[in-house]
Amino acid sequence: MAEAVELKAIGTRPVRPDGVDKVTGRANFGADMALPGMVHAKILRSPHAHARIKTVDVSKALQLDGVHAAISGKDLPQEGANDLSVNILARDKALYHGHAVAAVAARTPDIAERALELIHVEYEPLSPVLSIDDAIADGATLVNENMYTNGDRSLAPSNVAAKQSFERGDVEKGFAEADVIVENAYRVPTAHQGYIEPHACVATINEGGRATVWCSTQGQFDVRSMTAGVLNKKVSDIKVIPSEIGGGFGGKTTIYLEPIAVKLSEISGRPVKMVMNREEVFRATGPTSATLCRIRVGAKNDGTITAATAWLAYEAGAFAGAPVGPGCMSVLAPYNLENFRIEGLDVLVNKPKVAAYRAPGAPQSMHAMECTVDEVARKIGMDPIDLRLKNAADEGTVAPYGPRFPAIGLVECLKAAKKHPNYVNKPDDGVGRGVAVGFWFNIGMQSSAEVRIAENGGVTIMEGNPDIGGSRASMCLMAAETLGVPYETINAHVGDTEATGFCNVTGGSRTTFATGLAVVQACEDIIAQCKERAALTWDLDVEQVDWQDGRAVPKPGVNADVQPLSLADIARSAGRTGGPLLGRASLNAQGPGASFSVNWTDVVLDRDTGKVDVLAFTAVQDAGRAIHPAYVEGQMQGGAVQGLGWALNEEYIYDQQGVMENAGFLDYRVPVASDMPMIECQIVEVPNPSHPYGVRGVGETPIVAPLAATSNAVRDLLGFRINDLPLSPPRVLEAIEENA
Amino acid sequence: MAKVVFPDHLLSHTNGERELEVDCNSFRSLVQALNRRWPGIDEVLEKTAVAIDGQIYQDAWLEKIGPQSEVFFMQRIEGG
Repeated sequence: MAEAVELKAIGTRPVRPDGVDKVTGRANFGADMALPGMVHAKILRSPHAHARIKTVDVSKALQLDGVHAAISGKDLPQEGANDLSVNILARDKALYHGHAVAAVAARTPDIAERALELIHVEYEPLSPVLSIDDAIADGATLVNENMYTNGDRSLAPSNVAAKQSFERGDVEKGFAEADVIVENAYRVPTAHQGYIEPHACVATINEGGRATVWCSTQGQFDVRSMTAGVLNKKVSDIKVIPSEIGGGFGGKTTIYLEPIAVKLSEISGRPVKMVMNREEVFRATGPTSATLCRIRVGAKNDGTITAATAWLAYEAGAFAGAPVGPGCMSVLAPYNLENFRIEGLDVLVNKPKVAAYRAPGAPQSMHAMECTVDEVARKIGMDPIDLRLKNAADEGTVAPYGPRFPAIGLVECLKAAKKHPNYVNKPDDGVGRGVAVGFWFNIGMQSSAEVRIAENGGVTIMEGNPDIGGSRASMCLMAAETLGVPYETINAHVGDTEATGFCNVTGGSRTTFATGLAVVQACEDIIAQCKERAALTWDLDVEQVDWQDGRAVPKPGVNADVQPLSLADIARSAGRTGGPLLGRASLNAQGPGASFSVNWTDVVLDRDTGKVDVLAFTAVQDAGRAIHPAYVEGQMQGGAVQGLGWALNEEYIYDQQGVMENAGFLDYRVPVASDMPMIECQIVEVPNPSHPYGVRGVGETPIVAPLAATSNAVRDLLGFRINDLPLSPPRVLEAIEENA
Repeated sequence: MAKVVFPDHLLSHTNGERELEVDCNSFRSLVQALNRRWPGIDEVLEKTAVAIDGQIYQDAWLEKIGPQSEVFFMQRIEGG
């Protein structure tokens, strides 16, 4: 741990290395790529939410002048086709409105659009399954006739792809010991990650079968492996070059276009460009799960929670794989409980296949729990932070999912919140306040980094994680701290799959932790080499050389009449001492360290329109160690705004046929700057012992608590609770009228 | 002997046994011991995360396990 050492670079707030290109428009995003001879591809999408596909005939489209290629699902490899492949191009069934059915590549986008109209698809429409209630009802229409719960073929096929449960203690005894019991059911709607940049790629493949893909992604290596899997190609035959990325939030950890573009390029012999429009992004890319969560909590009058149960149903979309596991594991994570039972269901519906979205699964289940805990606090007349402090998980607490927590910062966050001026100052009359806590596990996984030293001592970091939230700056700061050189002498580059070592995706709040660890180790490799070069130069043993403030120096007590050698000095003479300086590290990072948060918000309500306005929002979060505090705050602010949007407005609205009615930013309303107050942040630092600078991931936890904090604030104002989200004007107005 | 605990979703692979003690010194030797007891469980555990003494590992293999260690198998965590 570097905790006891005075840090010089870490904790400062320099301008990000990629900032100038991004604010001046020079940075290249997914749709900016163009190649000579390139053609443009468009996708024909299902007009039905659920239908058998009897035939797909692209022959007339191929006859249109300017069309170079047209494919349907049967043109992709059939053997071993997995859910990803079937989601990318439907085979025998269209499973949601907007499901891709065929694709055309043509000289211009307009010609491609016209060609789509010439494709004949014969459908047999089926009744769509559009909600958890419909999906789990007796006799429900099956989304997938071959789906058996947990793969158990002794049971009848079901829309419940998986069930799981966690249990500890004696739940009934716990409830019997309770003075108060609160039980509620909560619904959270389908919401989209809402990244501003739509999915886009360019693909080309040569006669030897080697493909190159340029795309906007959170993980070029995952694009490579997924594309190879769908096309039955070798991973080594695909090179993926990531563009800058205009937001992902988990939604760009999977693929939709790339195999289609490669296939069309193979047929047409030309580079193929594909760019989704906003409507396609909404209709066909992964939103996150809608949920129905039932929570029951029992507590004593002193605030001790004696028992809790959670029944959590997550919509998966048309393919299994809702984030029900992490939802189950996070729902009670902030609490030290002896008695609980959690059951989770992964439920198929005729909606787009869900994709990861910041802390996948946690916002929904923790919304339900945090609202219920709020009701308990009200019933026993206890401050909501005090109630949480009374039951808070801490180091050594056995987490609901099994292991004991190592050092965590929940108690520190709660204490910081309790004495924060924004909490100490009570809200004015007519202002409601709500509190909630958030949690996310964080992950480590595999990362690589190279550190290259130029002949003037300049430092180049090469790593493989697309920079979403300022990670280049964080890498440079950790390198500056480790090497002892100025931040301004360091640049960080995100390499393609052939230019840099393997890195798992930018996701799971892992990049600053895991890839940062690789950068630190690569810098330590450089330092070791520099010490060796200095020892050679000074005729000393390497054990007699130290590295201080970016310079090699003889260790105290070593009798050597020499001048310290800076990184630039050693780099300048590198040719004479062994060649260029190149540091490397590759690792599978473990011990990412969970991150907890406490949020509270003050809201006002227009009782004539039902519109809720956020007056103030404060976020307190454990960052372990904030490498670049401004970008930690940026994550906290961004997550808060996304959570507020989900709480107040965002939802997929479907008609009875399963057609999304609000597939655009005018009708699917994400918050804009004028909707929001300044999100005030307080970073708590409980260092993660698994990282040399104490880093914890910070990117996902911020979206978890705002949902319940907002619900609880509106509850505070209204005097009654609206269980379902979003708290949009129509829903709030209806609730006011019902409770008048 | 390390304490090893399985979650509900793995109980079908352990004949319903939720908790046991295993003599092992690394995750690899633990998996080998478990596979001797329940042949084929190694393939299932490959897709599972594990917490050893509170630290979560997505891809454990060489991690050391002590005689007092607590080992919990759990679902892999994805992120967004």
